[in-house]
Amino acid sequence: MIKFQKVTKIYPAHLASLKDTVALENVSLEIKEKEFVSIVGRSGAGKTTLLKLILAEERPTEGEIFFNGKEINKMKPEDLPELRRKIGAVFQDYKLLPSKTAQENLAYVMEVIGAPDEEILRDVPKVLEIVGLSERINNFPAELSAGEKQRLSIARALIHRPKVILADEPTGNLDPYNTLDIVKILLKIHELGTTLILATHNKEIINSLGKRVITLEKGRVIRDEEKGRFIL
Amino acid sequence: MLINFKRILKLGWRSFLRDGGIAAATIFILVMTIFLISNIFLFKDVNQFLVTSLEEKVDVSVYFKENAGEEEILNLKEELSKIPEVKKITYVSRENALEEFIERHKDDPVLIESLGELGKNPFLASLNIQAKEASQYGIISDFFEKPELKELIEKIDYYQRKPVIERIFSLTSLLDKVSLSLSIILVIVAIFVTFNTIRLAILNSSEEIGTQRLVGASNWFIRGPFLVQGAISGIFAALISLAMLGLVCWYLSPKIEFFFAGLNLFNLFLKNFWILLLIQFLTGILLSVISGAIAIRKYLRI
Repeated sequence: MIKFQKVTKIYPAHLASLKDTVALENVSLEIKEKEFVSIVGRSGAGKTTLLKLILAEERPTEGEIFFNGKEINKMKPEDLPELRRKIGAVFQDYKLLPSKTAQENLAYVMEVIGAPDEEILRDVPKVLEIVGLSERINNFPAELSAGEKQRLSIARALIHRPKVILADEPTGNLDPYNTLDIVKILLKIHELGTTLILATHNKEIINSLGKRVITLEKGRVIRDEEKGRFIL
Repeated sequence: MLINFKRILKLGWRSFLRDGGIAAATIFILVMTIFLISNIFLFKDVNQFLVTSLEEKVDVSVYFKENAGEEEILNLKEELSKIPEVKKITYVSRENALEEFIERHKDDPVLIESLGELGKNPFLASLNIQAKEASQYGIISDFFEKPELKELIEKIDYYQRKPVIERIFSLTSLLDKVSLSLSIILVIVAIFVTFNTIRLAILNSSEEIGTQRLVGASNWFIRGPFLVQGAISGIFAALISLAMLGLVCWYLSPKIEFFFAGLNLFNLFLKNFWILLLIQFLTGILLSVISGAIAIRKYLRI
């Protein structure tokens, strides 16, 4: 479903005196449909860059990335919305729409894909309930706690039933109770047939999942194991 | 397609309501620009009025010798009226001139007395000629240069008034040029200020635009609500400036009419109401929509 072929991503330095940053170096990997893959690594190992490349938020410096056989980096800007509607993303910094309420943030994603109003009215409260935000339906992101924002961002990533969910540190700001809840939700989504790519450095989560783990170090894949563990 | 359009309208209206301060700032700047442009439009008419009334005050009088017969003068008047540059000719006979003088100075016994002492009518018959434009008096005075008319005519006051007429002529054309270039400069400045205000308002949403791209919104779905919001601001701004302009005209009208008789600002406003309305709506909507569309472009590249 998703394929990286010798992908390198270099962020050029803004000043001539600084060195370019190599975020990913010669990465090749394949993620099959309905897989649950965790990407682990220290901060700066390239986890977020890898997810950004799948979402075409960044373009690779070298190499090719395929999504369902189509080369992402050759897509025209006007074709990107189509790709992104197939992907649900939980961003590290949430990226919620600040001028929209919790409910409107979710509705927006469904409006974007052209879902009918009845479906939006039916699904939004349901998904908000799943992530435990029924009480916060009319609150703006600025009025939510970090954990609530994170849960809202997860709700937004899954509401339109995308084929793939990219989750970048979805438990980063959560207490252990909430973390467990989120992991349960992610597992549930995966069981329903969604491909899941999870970037995290939460050792307990990885070890409890018993799913495929790709370990990155300094932009390179150093380990890729089915039923892997968190080893750094 | 229709459902998207409906959603874009709804999203635009909602952000307009929520943006509060930013929407108010945009409207304020738009009102200033629209008000300025409408004033320039009205000023063009006021300027025209002033120029015309100045030009109307200018005329050329041809005085005929005492021996010139009324019939000859009327024939001449007939002939003169065929010149296309001539707007109006009035014949004043010797008797009329005398009556006019007596009427005008009836409260001045010294003057009336001295007139009686003369024992005869000292006034000459005259033709009073107005040209369509100040620059055309030369052509008219040339008409009287014919040798056969020399013995009929006592004097033409064009030559005494020539410098004044020419100065009025150059003054009105200068006034036109100055007001036109000043208007163009002001309008350009106003458009830039508006564009920058809208640009800043959109810069405020740049991150949100990026997120909208990342969740798969098409460019039109992102751009649309901003343009709708801009158009709504434009409509409100147009309505506010229309009300402001109406009030200003209504308030200043009697004061201005006191100085320039016949110049009724409020009537001018009413007369041009629909065209003003059109100018204001077009300025408000086009300015904000075009500025918005240009400003948003660079944030849609994610």
